[in-house]
Amino acid sequence: MYRLRYPKVSDQPPINVADYQEEVTMNKSVLFGAMTVAALAAGAAAAGTLDDVKARGKLNCGVTTGLAGFAAPDANGEWKGFDVAVCRAVAAAVLGDATAVEFVPTTGKTRFTALASGEIDMLARNTTWTLSRDVDLKFDFVGVNYYDGQGFMVPKELGVSSAKDLDGATVCIQTGTTTELNLADFFRANNISYEPVPIETNAEGTQQYLAGACDTYTTDASGLASTRATFENPGDHTLLPEIISKEPLGPLVRHGDNEWGDIVRWTLNALITAEELGVSSANVTEMTTSTTNPEIARLLGSEGTLGEMLGLDADWAKRAIETQGNYGEIFAKNIGEDTPIGLARGLNAQWTDGGLLYSPPFR
Amino acid sequence: MSTTTDPQGGTFRLSMLLNDSRYRSLTLQAIAAIILALAIFQLYSNLAENLRIAGLNISYAFLGTPAGYDLNQTLIDYNSQSSNLRAAFVGILNTLLVAVLGCITATVFGVIAGVLRLSNNWLVRKLMAFYVEIFRNIPVLIWIIIIFTIMTAVMPGPKLYLGAEPERELIGGLFAFTNRGIYVPAPFFTSGFGGEEGSGLNWLLVIGVLVASFFAARFVTASANAKQAETGVRPNTMYLNLAIWFVPVAIVLFILGLSWDMPDPLANRFNLRGGLQIGAPLIALWFALSIYTGAFIAENVRAGIQAVSKGQTEAASALGLRPGRTMSLVVLPQALRVIIPPLISQYLNITKNSSLAIVVGYADITATLGGITLNQTGRAIECVLLLMAFYLIISLLISMGMNVYNNAMKLKER
Repeated sequence: MYRLRYPKVSDQPPINVADYQEEVTMNKSVLFGAMTVAALAAGAAAAGTLDDVKARGKLNCGVTTGLAGFAAPDANGEWKGFDVAVCRAVAAAVLGDATAVEFVPTTGKTRFTALASGEIDMLARNTTWTLSRDVDLKFDFVGVNYYDGQGFMVPKELGVSSAKDLDGATVCIQTGTTTELNLADFFRANNISYEPVPIETNAEGTQQYLAGACDTYTTDASGLASTRATFENPGDHTLLPEIISKEPLGPLVRHGDNEWGDIVRWTLNALITAEELGVSSANVTEMTTSTTNPEIARLLGSEGTLGEMLGLDADWAKRAIETQGNYGEIFAKNIGEDTPIGLARGLNAQWTDGGLLYSPPFR
Repeated sequence: MSTTTDPQGGTFRLSMLLNDSRYRSLTLQAIAAIILALAIFQLYSNLAENLRIAGLNISYAFLGTPAGYDLNQTLIDYNSQSSNLRAAFVGILNTLLVAVLGCITATVFGVIAGVLRLSNNWLVRKLMAFYVEIFRNIPVLIWIIIIFTIMTAVMPGPKLYLGAEPERELIGGLFAFTNRGIYVPAPFFTSGFGGEEGSGLNWLLVIGVLVASFFAARFVTASANAKQAETGVRPNTMYLNLAIWFVPVAIVLFILGLSWDMPDPLANRFNLRGGLQIGAPLIALWFALSIYTGAFIAENVRAGIQAVSKGQTEAASALGLRPGRTMSLVVLPQALRVIIPPLISQYLNITKNSSLAIVVGYADITATLGGITLNQTGRAIECVLLLMAFYLIISLLISMGMNVYNNAMKLKER
């Protein structure tokens, strides 16, 4: 996909390519790559993602290629899941239609290129917030929607009870992820050895693990729980107690378009705040008119001009909550303890319940 | 008034650039060249502009930083603290390894299948036609995946071989075939350079001795030929040649203290330790590339053989040569001239197709530099440029080498 895109922010004059010809330092080594990679960077310039999304009438949202509970198409081909709900909430807030989302499946390797190139407007794909991704790759993580950590899954028959017993094991690992680096660090720190089997997607990892091509599969603990739930005999496999890393997973957008980043950030915060304040998909309509809590009124747009500040209408958060539910509802519906995935809230409980979820105030 | 068909000599008018057939093609070529240059410049300036706006730069500093990830099959020492550059070298060596292995076996498969396709035996002929049509008409990526999947699904896990009382014994106490790879005894030297640790020098020495033996054997053969030409009697060189090949290398191996490191079922609870592990990804990739490209080479070989006039075969038969000798002494040497040029492109294909290694997790250059390093550092442009340069250089080198060989083989016209 080759597109020439110019910043659309009104205080910047349209950019004429010719103006840059003098400024651009000619770097000959780049020249040959330019043809192939021009497309990679073609969209990087895009400010005004909000305008693009509105003009397109669709939100392009990057998700995984399929991880049950987080993002996977259901029997009808409709994308469902915890990360999918974030995409839909943003679409509901911005476009007023939670179904106006084009889901773009991305692998651990393609996700950043897809976002940087402008192929997707936001990425909600179990992506760990790290300094180098934030700073060096020029992305903005807008928050954390799942506090995770890296774990190991092993077949029970192996008789392994601790990750430190894995000396010499063959480990399936998704390539291009932070878990790949954590894995190397963990084994080095414990002075034990392993043999990596690099894989591209979760489906491939599952297949290799079940075929016995590796002894253990490592990724985020939530992903392991989700993967195990899809096994024929989930009871034959166990997650080891060690959590070897911090994996704060969250949606991210391109660096440099702060207006768009704000919208995604505050949509996520609205879902979290809604749970904290007891606003749910069931009572949101009623609360809009009847609430006496000023923060709920501001959140739902019956008081103040928060929506206008974001460049949206007053009902933006209300629509997101109405269609997707609050954070707690989304969690319970997709990955909670009543689902096959069966994840406990743990760190992902509200701060009032001893968890880490703490949204800044709507004021 | 009509346009001139014969323009007056000496005077050049601008309109002649379009109207005069002598200049028109030059004009059109110049226009095309300018459009191409503008298109490239447009792409380049778009890239540079977008990079500038995104605040990105082109930098190769990441090559020196620790890679941070581990690899499973390495020909040189490597760990997660090694630099990205070293990871790239691991990848380069792995690419070259599978390319060289693939070229050798594909040639063997191809020559056998190509010759047998012209066999007089109906069954053999049809079997080979079946092989060629099946393998070259299914994409190599699919072959790699099929072979790898079959390997991991059909072969037993290493656990069967492990423990004091394993379910399966190592074959002859030496080999193990598992779904993670094949384990064979690994040679090492106890008293060579570098002591117990060993060193590459030992192997260089052994290779050096073998090369010397090669030239000595050639010298012996050449002098035997000279003697035959002179006296008509060929001296028996077989024992001498055998001695030249085996005695020096045996002495060197003995001095260096050659021993074998056996796969050990007791050392680890997950995998066999020791010995040489040939990973399943390498085997799958190597075999798939060989058998796929072999099918193309078979067709080249068949075409080459059929290009040799039938009169040659008949003449050889008339002289009393048997079919096998006719093929090896008369037909194949002539057919090689036709076979080599397309063979070059097949070798290039193997080298480039080896970049599909990533689907089975083989750590070639595309998987290390163009895969993990690219992802972990985010330096897409730099990594892709380096990859392009690598494949270009390797392909040009192969092409050059094969052209030299082709020039040596082609018909010498005097």
